[in-house]
This record gives sequence, structure tokens and C-alpha cells, in this order.
Amino acid sequence: MERVVVSMQDPDQGVKTRSQRLFITVIPHTAAGGDVVAWLIRKYCISEEEALHLGTLLVQHGYLYSLREPRSLVLRPDDTPYRFQTPYFWTSTVWPAAELDYAIYLTKKNIRKQGALVGHEKEHYDQLHRKINHTWDLVVMQAREQLRAAKQRRKGDRLVIACQEQTYWLVNRPPPGVPSVLEQGPERSSCTAGGVQMTKNTEFYKQEMERCRKALTRARVKSSVCLEAYLKFSSQRGPHDPMMSGCLPSNPWVTDDDSYWTFNAPSVAVPTKLRVERWAFSFQELLEDPVGRGHFMDFLGTEFSAENLSFWEACEGLRHGEQAQVRAAVDAIYQQFLAPGAARWVNIDSRTMERTLEGLRQPHRYVLDEAQLHIYMLMKKDSYPRFLKSAAYRDLLAEAVVPPEAKRRVFPFMRKPPHANPSPALLPASHSGEPVTAASGPECGDGGT
Amino acid sequence: MATDGLHENQTLASLKSEAESLKGKLEEERAKLHDVELHQVAERVEALGQFVMKTRRTLKGHGNKVLCMDWCKDKRRIVSSSQDGKVIVWDSFTTNKEHAVTMPCTWVMACAYAPSGCAIACGGLDNKCSVYPLTFDKNENMAAKKKSVAMHTNYLSACSFTNSDMQILTASGDGTCALWDVESGQLLQSFHGHGADVLCLDLAPSETGNTFVSGGCDKKAMVWDMRSGQCVQAFETHESDINSVRYYPSGDAFASGSDDATCRLYDLRADREVAVYSKDSIIFGASSVDFSLSGRLLFAGYNDYTINVWDVLKGSRVSILFGHENRVSTLRVSPDGTAFCSGSWDHTLRVWA
Repeated sequence: MERVVVSMQDPDQGVKTRSQRLFITVIPHTAAGGDVVAWLIRKYCISEEEALHLGTLLVQHGYLYSLREPRSLVLRPDDTPYRFQTPYFWTSTVWPAAELDYAIYLTKKNIRKQGALVGHEKEHYDQLHRKINHTWDLVVMQAREQLRAAKQRRKGDRLVIACQEQTYWLVNRPPPGVPSVLEQGPERSSCTAGGVQMTKNTEFYKQEMERCRKALTRARVKSSVCLEAYLKFSSQRGPHDPMMSGCLPSNPWVTDDDSYWTFNAPSVAVPTKLRVERWAFSFQELLEDPVGRGHFMDFLGTEFSAENLSFWEACEGLRHGEQAQVRAAVDAIYQQFLAPGAARWVNIDSRTMERTLEGLRQPHRYVLDEAQLHIYMLMKKDSYPRFLKSAAYRDLLAEAVVPPEAKRRVFPFMRKPPHANPSPALLPASHSGEPVTAASGPECGDGGT
Repeated sequence: MATDGLHENQTLASLKSEAESLKGKLEEERAKLHDVELHQVAERVEALGQFVMKTRRTLKGHGNKVLCMDWCKDKRRIVSSSQDGKVIVWDSFTTNKEHAVTMPCTWVMACAYAPSGCAIACGGLDNKCSVYPLTFDKNENMAAKKKSVAMHTNYLSACSFTNSDMQILTASGDGTCALWDVESGQLLQSFHGHGADVLCLDLAPSETGNTFVSGGCDKKAMVWDMRSGQCVQAFETHESDINSVRYYPSGDAFASGSDDATCRLYDLRADREVAVYSKDSIIFGASSVDFSLSGRLLFAGYNDYTINVWDVLKGSRVSILFGHENRVSTLRVSPDGTAFCSGSWDHTLRVWA
């Protein structure tokens, strides 16, 4: 912020300033609110709305203050005069707004004009009076001294200093109801924490160097290749991104009509065309969609390799399952898929099988990773491409539905109230622990209208 | 002895400079394969048209600053947490509040929805991550079934369930991340390497699902292997605390938002920063970032109360959204990409579409 303010005050390129008549005194170096906004627009190539917003933030943080109504921390884009706060009072100048200084400020106000203290200021004044009662004489003395010194200044200077001080305290002791712009959130310590000392000791640097050494030997891909991949990804996914291409029948948030979610429910009977197309983007995309996965499982059944997908699913369950169940899960998987003569034996190459069996002596949740990866790659390189070329998939594409675009509602009062939809937490979980969301097929639609 | 102390200091200093020179070598290596800039490659891409997004829902109900939020997989429910310790579950489509829990601590900086939609996790200044099963039974007190899962030695800054309800990944002000078993509360893996508070994390959407990225006050973004606990990649180009990290939908890159008022894109295969999203007029830190479904748009919430929308490929700003009356502290795109939700210190959440 300070960078902005400093460049604003640049005599050649900054905001135009002039002397302003205020009542009978002349104040130098004032800038009209409108000029400040115009300057921001020009310098940063932003819209008026943004310039106004930025300008207001500068005022709220106390870098600019209005001469006419210093209490209102807003930037007015007209000829209201503003001045730049002196750096002495900047919020970043390590200047803890001390209680003592606040007390002196309030006392000065009180002395200068009885009853000038506003509501919350009066409260603070009383509070401070009680708190630092023992040094109150010092406070009063300081206040009197400052007032006396001020009297010796020119009226213009006095006014300016008073405004500066007032702005400073408005920012550092905001009235109730006004959020303080200085609030930062919980402290972020850079080094020490609780019991763990994170001082940069030899261990830390050794680890960093080890990481660097490893990173140096890493295989990297040319930027051009990586960046081209983003272009490809974005253009492929563009039509599937509701924010880029809209969605049919309509975006529920815009029209209050949630039929989009009905058409795209996780376990809908007939998936939409876009959805079926997505299954061809990547194997991961197909597996992540319960409907897609189901069809793929059916397809594998026709090829007598459904056990591969089941094995993969079981391994996923192991990897993401409860710690206490790990042993049991590993045993179950072994019995069903890996043991000689198992009911649903999966075909893994001998080396991987050997290593897996070796690892099974000390089962842990990642013990089947290698076998799982082998089967995953098998499906990805072999079964998946065949699925995409199969009649089954072609039929799915042909039968897929394209929801009709919802007609724009003309009369607001005819809009249906958005109807409630049961929370996933209300439904019984399925056996496999997979996420079960509300089945919202058309026949399930509740009330509405 | 005095001489020993002196010796140790010298070793420390020399280690530090050795580490610095190694880092320098790494940057040189990374630069070798950098043959083109993203915006150059993106010149071929059509520019985005007029962008209109408005607040479609405003969720009022928190009595204090909203610090974090997360979407449920059902694309309409969200959980949000605030400074006064309240954690609320909303059906944001109808704006009804469905559950509310009061945590025994203030500044609940992290919250997450379980994949099944049946539980939520949250934590903050209590240094813990607690899991609450969601119940609609009027007689049951949600707080009664609470499970304390994670224990850190400083505040909890972020948490996320992995692919199931049974594991949670946490990031903390004590400089570490950790993976926990929900049922038993057992620590499965811890991740050390950040030199300061860890502020954010995100799980990779990869097929083999084994990595995640974290960002911290040490200005570093680090990618971790969940299985071994090792850091596999690290990036240090930000000039201040990294408040938020989020993977690009393909999983090949991630974006970060920082107090240095910039957002940056890091590519994992090229192993370097490939884009910086910044503007002279943006002088406040970015608190939270997320991608649209296709990865073409990057939404970033800032401490100057605004949300800037960036064209990821061209590097330019598409739009600026006003509406919040205080800092935007959290921002997430909905699971199906139809909208995004922002939470702010002005006590409200807004859903934009």
C-alpha cells in the first residue's frame, strides 16, 4: 500500500494537488477525491469500480484522510479534498498504538472542548482513567503541554495535525461495529512452535541439501511439452466445464432449478452424453464415475476378466480403510484373489507375485501396491481401449441423453422454490462404504411447486 | 566451551551457504529445459469472452469471521467454520442450516466434509482435528459423538479427508503435516521439512493417488509422497507466506496463493514455476485459490475483499468480483464446477455462478 501512496505523492507523476480553502484557512497539498480515482484508473489500467475500491481501502487504512469529514473513512470520487497521511502515522511504522498515547489524545480532546468525546471514546476514557490512574497526572500534563505547543502553530498546521491524529486513532481504535482493518488473525510464528523447536540447525540444512541433490538428478520434461498439455486438457474439458460452456438444462444456481443434478446423479439410470464422453478421456475418469465403472465391470464380465476390477477395488479399500482392519483385509484379498486355486484368481506376472507374497508376511496397508498397479495398468492398456471400441460403449453413447435447455423463466413469481434434497448423512451407508448420495431419479422428486 | 560454540556457528553458516549454492544449481538445472513461456504457447488459444458471475446465494448465520469452508460431494451442501468456534453445515441451495456445532476453541481455521457426506472434520487453535458424525436425530448431541483424531503441537491450519472417511491429512502451525487413521486416532505418517508454519494442503487427483502438496510460511510449496513421508519436490519462488495451494485438475500442476499478492502455477513434470498471476493494482495477499473444472479459470480470493478471476493459460485477469465487505478467507469451486463458494471475515458466505 505504501508503494502506491508514495507514487501518488510523486510531484511529477503523482496525483494533482493544490491548496484548498477550508472555511477561512488555506491548506496546501490537498487532492480531490475524483482526481485520486482518475489517477488510479490511469496508472493501473483498472475500472472505476476497482479504483474506487482501492482508494477506499487506502483511506480505511489511514493513508489518506478527508479534510471535510475526517470521521468518514470513504473515498468520494468528487472534489472532496483529501490529504496524505504523514509517514509518522502510517500503520506499518512500528508504532504500537500505546494506551498512554491514546489516553493523552482523549484527554486533549476533553480539555479542548468539554463533551467532545463521542460514546465509545468516553467509555475508553473512563476505562483508561481507572487503569492508569497512578500516572494520570502525567497524562493530563502531557495533554496540556501538547495543546499549548499546538496553539503556537499556524491555524492551518493545527488543523492538519488534528486531522492526522484523528485519522490515526480512527484506524487504531475503531468505533464499535466497525471492523478493525488492522486485525491479522492468529499469529504465525516463523520458527518456534509449542514443544517442537524448529531452529535452523544443522539437521535442517542437511535435509535441505539432500533434497536438492535428489532433485538435481530428477528427470524433467521440457516446458513446451508440459505447457502444450494444458492447452490440450483445457480444450478437451472446456465443453464439460459449466463455467465455460454452461450446462443443460440450466445451471441450478442461476435458475433455482436443480434438474441438472437430477440428470447427473451419481447412480442415474441413463447418463448424459457429456458424461459418457468423459469416460473416453482417461481410465481414471471412467473408474471414478460409479455408472461408468459399473458398465466397465459388465464389459469385463463378457471378457471373463471382471476379477481384475474387483481386485483393484479391494486393494483401494485396503489402502483407504481403517488401520485396525488392515490385517483382515489383506487376508481376505489374498484368499479371494491371490492364493493358488483362489475363487477369483488374478493374473499377475511371477516376479510381482513373488514380491507380493514375500511382503504378505508383514502385512501393511501398502503391501499390495505393486500388484494393484500391475492390474491397474493391465486394465488401462488392454481392457479399457477395447471397452471404448466396443459395441457396448457405442450403444451407451447412442442412448445417452442430452437434457433440453430450460426455457428462461419470464415471470419471477412463477419460479418454484428450490426444493430440499435429503442429506447424504440421512441415508444408510452401502456395504462397501462407498459414498451414497441421495438417489434422485425423476420418480424421486419431492414436492416442489 | 567457547571455541566449540564458535565452531558450531561456523559449521552452521557454512552449511547454510552450501545449501544456498545447491539451491542455485537446482534452479540452473530447472532453467535448462525451459524453452517457452506459458503465455506464448497460449497465444493460439481463443480469448475468453465477457465474464458474468454474480452472487446467487448469501449464507448468513455465522456470528463472526468465516475462516474455512468445504463442499460435500452432493454438490450443494457445505460446511463452514468461523472465529467464534461455530461450525455449520448448510444446504447452500436452499440456504438452510442443517447442523451446527460449537467447538471448544476459537479460530476454527480448518474444516472438511467427508467423502461419504456423513461426517465433518474441523480444528484450529485447539491444535487438534476432530471428526463429528452428522446426525439428524434430535435427541443426539452432535458434540457427544465427537472423535479427536489429530494432535499437533500448534494450531491446525488445514485438514482434508483422503479418498475415504477413514483417513485424514492435516497441516499445522507446528511446521508438519500428518496422516491419521480416524477410527483409532493413530498417526500413520508424518511429514517434516517445512521451516515454518504449514498453512495449506491439497491432495493430488492422480490415478495412483499417493501425493499431496503443502504450502507454508517458509514461502515453500512442497510435494510429498504419502507412503514414505518424503518430500519429492519443493518450490521456493514466492516472496511471502503461501496461504493456499490447489492442484490443476489434470494433476500435473498446482497453483498457489500468497501474501505477496501473487498466485503462481508450478508444473510438476517440468519441475518449475511456469506462470505468475499478478497485477500492479493488486496489493493485498491472496488467501485462497481454486480452479474451474477444465482448469482454464483460476479463482482467487484476496485480503482486499475482492475475488479475481484469472485466465490460467494467458495469464491475464478475466474479471474482478466485488461483494464481500471484508477479507475473503476461503474459496472452493463446487465438485461439479457449477459454482464456487467464498467465505469472508464479513461473517457471510457467498455462492457465485
